[in-house]
Amino acid sequence: MTQNDAAAAPATLTAPAVQVDNMDVTYTVRGHDRLALREVSFEIGRNESYGLVGESGSGKSTVALALTRYLPRNGRVSAGSISINGQDPLAMDAATLRGMRARTVSMVYQEPGKALNPSIRVGRQVAEVYEIAGVGHNEAMERTQAMLGKVQISDPGRVMDRYPHELSGGMAQRVVIAMAIAAEPSLLILDEPTTALDATVEAEVLDLVAGLRTELDTSVLFISHNLAVIAKMCDRVGVLYAGELVEQGPARQLFDDPRHPYTVGLLRSIPRQGQRKDHGRLDTIPGFLPPPGYDLTGCIFAPRCSLAEEQCRQAEPPAFDTGPGRTSRCYRHDLAPELPRTTPADMMLPSAAVETSDPVARLRGVSKTFGGRDEAVQALVGIDLDIQRGETLGLVGESGSGKTTLARVLLGLIPPDADATVELDGQPLGPGIPQRSRDQLKALQIVFQNPDSALNRRHSVRRLITRPLVKLAGLSGSALRDRLADLVRSVRMEDRHLALRPRQLSGGLKQRVAIARAFGGGPRVVVCDEPTSALDVSVQAAILNLLADLQAKEQVTYLFISHDLGLVRYLSDRIAVLYLGRLMEVGPAERVFSGPHHPYTEALLSAVPSLDGEAPDRIKLTGEIPSAANPPSGCVFHTRCPRRLSSGICESTEPPLAEVEPGHLMRCHIPIDQLTSLQGSGSAS
Amino acid sequence: MTEIISAPTGLAVATPEQRELPAWRLLLRRPTFVGGVLILAFWVVCAIFGNAIAPHDPLAQQLLLNNKAPSSAHWFGTDQIGRDVLSRVIVGARTILIVAPLATILGTVLGTALGLALGYLGGLLDTLVGRVVEAVLALPAVIVIFLFIVALGSSAVTQILVIGFIFTPLIARTVRSAVQVESQLDYLSSARLLGDRAGRVMFVEILPNVLPTILVEFTVRLGYAIFTVATLAFLGFGVNASTPNWGSDINANYGVIGAGYWWATLFPALAIASLIIGINLVGDSIEQVLAG
Amino acid sequence: MVGYLLRRISLAIVTLWLLSLLVFFAGQVLPGDPGRAILGNLAAQRAVKTLDHQLGVDRPLLTQYWTWISGLLHGNMGVSYQYRSAVAPFLASALVNSAKLALLALIVIVPLGILGGVIAALQVGRPLDRIISLTGLSASTVPEFVSGIVVIVIFGVELKVLPVTASAGQGASFGTQLRYLILPVIPLIFVLFGYIARMARAGTIEALESDYARTATLKGLKRSVVVRRHVLRNSLLPTITVIATQTGYLIGGLVVVETLFNYPGIGRLIYNAAQSKDFPMLEAGVLTIGVVYMIATILADVLTITLNPRLRTGMIR
Repeated sequence: MTQNDAAAAPATLTAPAVQVDNMDVTYTVRGHDRLALREVSFEIGRNESYGLVGESGSGKSTVALALTRYLPRNGRVSAGSISINGQDPLAMDAATLRGMRARTVSMVYQEPGKALNPSIRVGRQVAEVYEIAGVGHNEAMERTQAMLGKVQISDPGRVMDRYPHELSGGMAQRVVIAMAIAAEPSLLILDEPTTALDATVEAEVLDLVAGLRTELDTSVLFISHNLAVIAKMCDRVGVLYAGELVEQGPARQLFDDPRHPYTVGLLRSIPRQGQRKDHGRLDTIPGFLPPPGYDLTGCIFAPRCSLAEEQCRQAEPPAFDTGPGRTSRCYRHDLAPELPRTTPADMMLPSAAVETSDPVARLRGVSKTFGGRDEAVQALVGIDLDIQRGETLGLVGESGSGKTTLARVLLGLIPPDADATVELDGQPLGPGIPQRSRDQLKALQIVFQNPDSALNRRHSVRRLITRPLVKLAGLSGSALRDRLADLVRSVRMEDRHLALRPRQLSGGLKQRVAIARAFGGGPRVVVCDEPTSALDVSVQAAILNLLADLQAKEQVTYLFISHDLGLVRYLSDRIAVLYLGRLMEVGPAERVFSGPHHPYTEALLSAVPSLDGEAPDRIKLTGEIPSAANPPSGCVFHTRCPRRLSSGICESTEPPLAEVEPGHLMRCHIPIDQLTSLQGSGSAS
Repeated sequence: MTEIISAPTGLAVATPEQRELPAWRLLLRRPTFVGGVLILAFWVVCAIFGNAIAPHDPLAQQLLLNNKAPSSAHWFGTDQIGRDVLSRVIVGARTILIVAPLATILGTVLGTALGLALGYLGGLLDTLVGRVVEAVLALPAVIVIFLFIVALGSSAVTQILVIGFIFTPLIARTVRSAVQVESQLDYLSSARLLGDRAGRVMFVEILPNVLPTILVEFTVRLGYAIFTVATLAFLGFGVNASTPNWGSDINANYGVIGAGYWWATLFPALAIASLIIGINLVGDSIEQVLAG
Repeated sequence: MVGYLLRRISLAIVTLWLLSLLVFFAGQVLPGDPGRAILGNLAAQRAVKTLDHQLGVDRPLLTQYWTWISGLLHGNMGVSYQYRSAVAPFLASALVNSAKLALLALIVIVPLGILGGVIAALQVGRPLDRIISLTGLSASTVPEFVSGIVVIVIFGVELKVLPVTASAGQGASFGTQLRYLILPVIPLIFVLFGYIARMARAGTIEALESDYARTATLKGLKRSVVVRRHVLRNSLLPTITVIATQTGYLIGGLVVVETLFNYPGIGRLIYNAAQSKDFPMLEAGVLTIGVVYMIATILADVLTITLNPRLRTGMIR
């Protein structure tokens, strides 16, 4: 007891809250030891926010598990040391460990709904934290109510009585955060806390965390694959690659001036500062993540590094000092910013969208209602949209906006409500697939978000790509073989991939198969439904470049659906913004992004964290996205609109989708000149 | 200035050729699987070559030697009319190993087709058929089967048909659930977008993916089929009075248990138990391997 | 909730009606003439015909069905061919006897099965888990008459510690009745244990590996508290509903066990009725079983909804 007491004595104020020294974490799989983390060293100071960035397989979650000593049974810290508030979690006995978990360290995870016990009311679950600290039941409930108010839950008394499934994602995450800070921890670990949330909700939660941090004296470890979020939330950053911390430093400096080839490559694969496809290509990182337990000599990034030389392959680079508080594990860190590009910066532009009045697809009055009389949910309401030949139309919206439903109606997977018109090349399209001709089926195809779901895992790649060639293009024999070879080459795969099953391919390769399949029949319009959301950042760029190339080569039109506004802005010629099943704005990409734009678009843009620093005037949306089963009256956005007119017209009348400038439509009562002056020129650049 | 170099393709297959052993190799490593297979193999051999292996003629009655306890001449003793129990146990495997598997195959084939249709097509068909199925399942399967056998007689064909048809909705229910899970995946939408019709989608796209579930279900149902055939025989509805039948033998001989003559009842009972356990060991192993 | 119950019950009634049709017409397929069966092979043909007429079996099928159904709804379950008296009393006493057996089985099995499953889950992958799982698996697939016979041979014949028939006779004390019921209950226990233990194990493992169990542990709670307060209530939910549906297997098992142990329950009743072609008894018996099973399933559904907050609040909204 006394020994633990000594270990538990708080360290001096200048000592860091968290100190990790040369930590190795090993997993034992089927008798083999695999290193998941290698020589990881970092510090988090008091009241400091430290970001850990990495793609899937980098080991970032393992760091969090090691800190709380919650590694799975087959994992262990095989080397190095950890110190939290001066205490060593690895040396603690069970009781002290529980004490540490209860009072010193708290965690917030990715899926808030699942992190809460579905059978216990949320109030009780939060109160439990106080009770563990020795507080009586009644007082615990009172303090819970206060804490829920603190995380900006309105009407906390009522929310306390609810079960987790009755809460929205954003509210559930607030409850989890409340639970985490109720213990007044010294260290708060957040592991992808907002990845599952909508953009506007994410912004609110991130603001909440930032606010709380200043208020309490808590250090934060923020783990994410999203560089922009890390840039927004963290003072210092560490970049994890394949279990190694390859670079560390103050966030702003690191992102503006990276000093490790991996960081450089990563940053180049994301569109920055409003980058558009005609300004330059996204760069990619060649090669692949080494498989876990890959034993190598030398720098772990060397196989993929264009700057690699003999020295790099022979010995593991130590952490070099690259500036005050900055380190980089690279022999050639001074040359890193000059990293040669993998893909040429200039690119063949797809032919500009032809400005004819002859759109390739037309939707008029398209609505879609799900459910019976009582629980009718309007997923789409009165959509009028033209898709121009050869363009990339970006479709943007949060959950419940109806963007996926719109795509499915266009494709014929879901029939629209009666009185809807959907036309392709001037010819009406039947509501369902059986009512469409083979030519029409050929013309409209889709690339789905998740290749694991979109490819039949029992079929070989050859079979998957050949099917549309046979069924839609009607090819056979040598014509078929030639076209197959051609397709495989154009998606940059190799012949030997044809014999494999999807399970044996990486995410990027699988998505290429899906793309090859979509293009097999020679479509005219391809719907891309979040084609890169399930992929790592470094792979995204390659896929996007591929899509852009194919568009130029095959002369197709894209309907590009994404929640990632940076990507949409990069790739799209025109943008359509959906909210609760209604089109809020349609217009040329630049106009929609720089303004003047719809207040919702404005809020959406300002909610999305950007790598390039915060826009000075953030529009903060309050409240939750209304339920589609019970939409607000008048303009459906009025309940959250910061620019709502005082005349009350926004509550009573729904504005029409009107052309406010040539080619730019908006659904808003505010006249465009007023919007222009309110929003200033070029907000959220 | 950034230097532009030609893009290295370097597109190796990302995951190293997964060092995954094919399923059957994994199975062979499990002692439960091997044990189960051995038991099954033993009984299959008995079923096929029974008459050659059996030490005595299973039908030969030697009334003077009745109810003899197990001895070196008769390892399992003799029954009430002097027949050698061991021989009857060996040859008795035949009936049960013909009727039960055939009934299960029938049920599985029909159940799979029905389950695919209900799971994928859903709608009115699902609701209507669901009602009928519920009516059939309102009674425990054994009782329903029992009633039908009583009504229709207990020939081998009848048993195969009745058990097969009663198993169909049970298997269909499991297949339906698995199909509904698959239906959430996008590859089905892709198939529809090619113009594929429902039949093709069900059998070419979905079926290969639910095969593991069906396989496990098959082994489970096989166990139940054996269970049912034996129970029916015990209740007096054995398939054929002349050929040795484990359940019927138990039925015939358990009356004298009170007098202490337990062997003619116990050994067939143990035979039934071992067969079912063997099947379940195999089925359990398959399920574990397929679950990853 | 009330709306749901009403809907459920009306559905059950539809199903029961379908069942009655099934049972009635299946009974008609039974070969043999009731009059002949009662009077025996040596009776005169005319006597048989008269009896048939009295029994009403020469009327059109639909009329017979209607008479039967309306009789049932008035509580008249018909007249047994074999016993020449009302079916209902036989059925009632048989039901009571079976209920005793079933109840005893459930009282033993439910705690045992749940305990076994939860322990196996807490020790997942370790020897205790393998033992419990394999035992459960093997035991649950052995037919009741097989385990019944083994048990009879061991305890009844060789060791002679327990009686081999299940009925203690009229007026026996509670303790004696219990002693007689021990052997017959064992085969039922075998069959049910494996299934319940497996459900409990699967549910507990899922709960243990869930995110909310992780949250609870990382809050600093002791493992026993995590299991007790957070895991169990979620893992036992599917198990409890499964138990109610196990009544189906229980009833099926009763036929065999009661026959084996010569116990006057409803299983043996139906068996004898089928053998003697006693349609009224058979049909009434089968229908009763159907009703019991339906009630059990409805109870299970109601229980699930009440205990599962997700469903419960969904209902009320």
